[in-house]
Amino acid sequence: MFTSLRGRIILIIAMVGVSIGYLVNRGIKLGLDLQGGMHLVLEVYDPDGTMTAEARADAIDRSERILRTRIDQFGVEEPSVQKVGGDRIIVELPGIGLNDESRAKDLIQQSAFLEFKLVLPVTELQSALGRIDRQIVAALGVEELRLLGRDEEGSNQDIQNLIFGGQSRDSTQADSIQADSTGVEEEPEEEHQSVNLSPFTTLLLSGDIEGAYLVATEDVEVAERFLALSEVQRALPRNISLHWEADPIGLGQRTYRRLFVTEEDAFVTGEMLEDATAQRDPQFNQPQVAFQFNRAGGRRFSNFTTQHIGDYLAIVLDDEIVSAPVVQDRIGASGVINMGNAEMLEAADLALVLRAGALPARLEIMEERTVGPSLGQDSIDRGRIAGLVGMVLVILIMTLYYRVAGILAVMALGVYLMLVLGGLSAFGATLTLPGMAGLILSVGMAVDANVLIFERIREELILGRATRTAVDEGFAHALSAIVDANITTLITALILFQFGTGPVKGFAVTLSIGIVASFFSALYVTRTFFLVYLSGKKASDPISI
Amino acid sequence: MRLFDQARYAFIENRRKAYAVSGTLILVGIGGMIFNVFSIGSWQDYGVDFTGGSLIQVQFHQPATAGQLRAALGGSQAPPITRFGEENEFTIRAPLGDDTVETIRVRFANQLATAFGNDAFTIVRTETVGPKIGAELQRNAALAILFSFLLTMAYIAMRFELRFGLAAVIATAHDILITLGFLALFRVEIALPTVAAILTIVGYSLNDTIVVFDRVRENLNAKGGRRLDPVDLLNQSINETLPRTVLTSGTTLAVLGALLIVGGAVIRDFTAVLILGVTIGTYSSIFVASPALLEIQGRFGDGSVSRERKKRRAQATA
Repeated sequence: MFTSLRGRIILIIAMVGVSIGYLVNRGIKLGLDLQGGMHLVLEVYDPDGTMTAEARADAIDRSERILRTRIDQFGVEEPSVQKVGGDRIIVELPGIGLNDESRAKDLIQQSAFLEFKLVLPVTELQSALGRIDRQIVAALGVEELRLLGRDEEGSNQDIQNLIFGGQSRDSTQADSIQADSTGVEEEPEEEHQSVNLSPFTTLLLSGDIEGAYLVATEDVEVAERFLALSEVQRALPRNISLHWEADPIGLGQRTYRRLFVTEEDAFVTGEMLEDATAQRDPQFNQPQVAFQFNRAGGRRFSNFTTQHIGDYLAIVLDDEIVSAPVVQDRIGASGVINMGNAEMLEAADLALVLRAGALPARLEIMEERTVGPSLGQDSIDRGRIAGLVGMVLVILIMTLYYRVAGILAVMALGVYLMLVLGGLSAFGATLTLPGMAGLILSVGMAVDANVLIFERIREELILGRATRTAVDEGFAHALSAIVDANITTLITALILFQFGTGPVKGFAVTLSIGIVASFFSALYVTRTFFLVYLSGKKASDPISI
Repeated sequence: MRLFDQARYAFIENRRKAYAVSGTLILVGIGGMIFNVFSIGSWQDYGVDFTGGSLIQVQFHQPATAGQLRAALGGSQAPPITRFGEENEFTIRAPLGDDTVETIRVRFANQLATAFGNDAFTIVRTETVGPKIGAELQRNAALAILFSFLLTMAYIAMRFELRFGLAAVIATAHDILITLGFLALFRVEIALPTVAAILTIVGYSLNDTIVVFDRVRENLNAKGGRRLDPVDLLNQSINETLPRTVLTSGTTLAVLGALLIVGGAVIRDFTAVLILGVTIGTYSSIFVASPALLEIQGRFGDGSVSRERKKRRAQATA
């Protein structure tokens, strides 16, 4: 039915119509390099390679779901979260410029593991401090401590003394702390050499609340390093863990961070959360996150708060304490996290990640590409101009060289262009910058097919064939070259698609669609236009080619 | 209008001159690669896509020079800085070093902010690739080129004859080698799009070669074609396809030229590589692919001997 002239014209019009329909309704998805945005490749953090492939695949599966929920609520249009090759996630956030970049990354990387723990008085740790100090000295050596400036003796002191007494730290209480005699694995020689060094204890100031020490902000890094030592972790008393408060506090001239002593086990975790929303504290107008437990979580929470009225409760997010309120009353299934001086946006983001759930593993960024929207727009504009100039050149060359036949070819190229754009839209392909180059290249292939055909027709005419025979023969003879040339290019494009990533894949898709369309355009559309052109002519009439 | 109508150029007879030209180009390119190995430690100037590291494109709101930028980023220790298209736009290409994908950009942004102030510049693009991904991309690019070679050769061998496939691959390898030589010589950064460009050259060069070979095949299979002198046969085929070769290459180059001039800095390298490749591809389809076919035939025969032998054997067994 599509071999008659009328059938051919109907098919071509229908295909162009469908293409235009797709273009109008769906448009063409632009790559991040063109419209601006952020492209991230994430992998499960596993530097030692200790995770089994199964565990990794499972972590990636769950992370993908959680990230999708988080990102869907993040508020960018058409975000994409895609699992690739079983151990990788690709996140694409169109329109995320370099200003929102860190916020977006936080949202993606934050584990958002929420725990509620009981705060213990620091006296619970006091007895272990001597042991901890000795372990640090043993692990790092006196020399290293001297380099760190931590080869001092002494104990922790009261913040009140520091601020109001104005004494320097090592002048007081040099000998009070070695009361502990329970240390088991001490070595006598070590004991002699460094009997009085207390690198960790001297960093601690007993603070404003009984559940936390204060550490001067500039000392936090050293303290963190000490605490990270496995020897120190082992020296901690059973069922005690230490957590930094997220935000520093200012006292007098200096800033400090609280180091909380808490029970190790959380009595309830974020897994039992049902909902979380950002709101403003009605009293002080500060941002806070209101949360709601599910039934089991609510029961635990209410039991706990009943027993611990007057105690501090630590709300621990990813190992840091975001808030440590006093339990005033029995609390049921809901509560709030006060965000202090944070921005409302931060509260909103926290509520969002809490709702979406905690990531099962830390995700490491393997690759990041961010293009600002203005740069992308510039590329589109330039591409458009280049496309127009190129088109005008092709039209000029073809019509000057082949006259009427050239005009037919240009019309066929017009159809070709509609089909390629429609095809990109229909397949939901992404147009990238190299993709635009691929498009231009496939225009070249389409022109080439027409040139091959026309040259053949000319040869046949020179051989003295009748017009209609010459046209038929020209198409027939050019066929094998066009087929072979297109298929080899298609092979290259498919291989690129297989091995390419991101922008190169876009190039491969555009090129593939372009080749198929150029094939159809040259052999079917140009032919049809030729048939229309010849339809009023006798077999012997000359044609303009 | 007609170009190269009824052309009768003696292409094949002049093939030794072409060999000299190709040989010189290839040697110069290899010289460039060797020079690069000694001066930058790698035969090509691999971009962050392959080495891992960070590419940061920064746009200053006030006139700024690469020198100022270099001073701000550590003077002689500063990573390579290149001006990018516009006056006050630069790209910084920094190896990862001790940084991670997550920290490197922040570090550079801070350094820039300390030196120029927060509002003096905008970072318009960053691309950071971890070493693992970089190695993967390198491997994938190599595999892509290898597989496209093998598959296209297999296809051509199937559609034509094996020697055509071999000759086409020789011509394509010739094009890639010269292109890589130019890239090394001019220290063009090898990024992902550059690999796409090289593969496009593979496609284009094959396309050109196939059109000529298609004509060779046709003339060969025409009545009396097998009895023609191979040199005449090849010359005739090249001359017959010459108008098409010139017109198609001319049109493609015109479009690419437009892209080079107005396409902007982001795809300038990409377009330049394509222009180079199309030019070499056109040249090689005439001066390398067909002579290669002739040389293969001269050394290993055109298969007609074995065909005769087979026929005789078939008759004998019958």
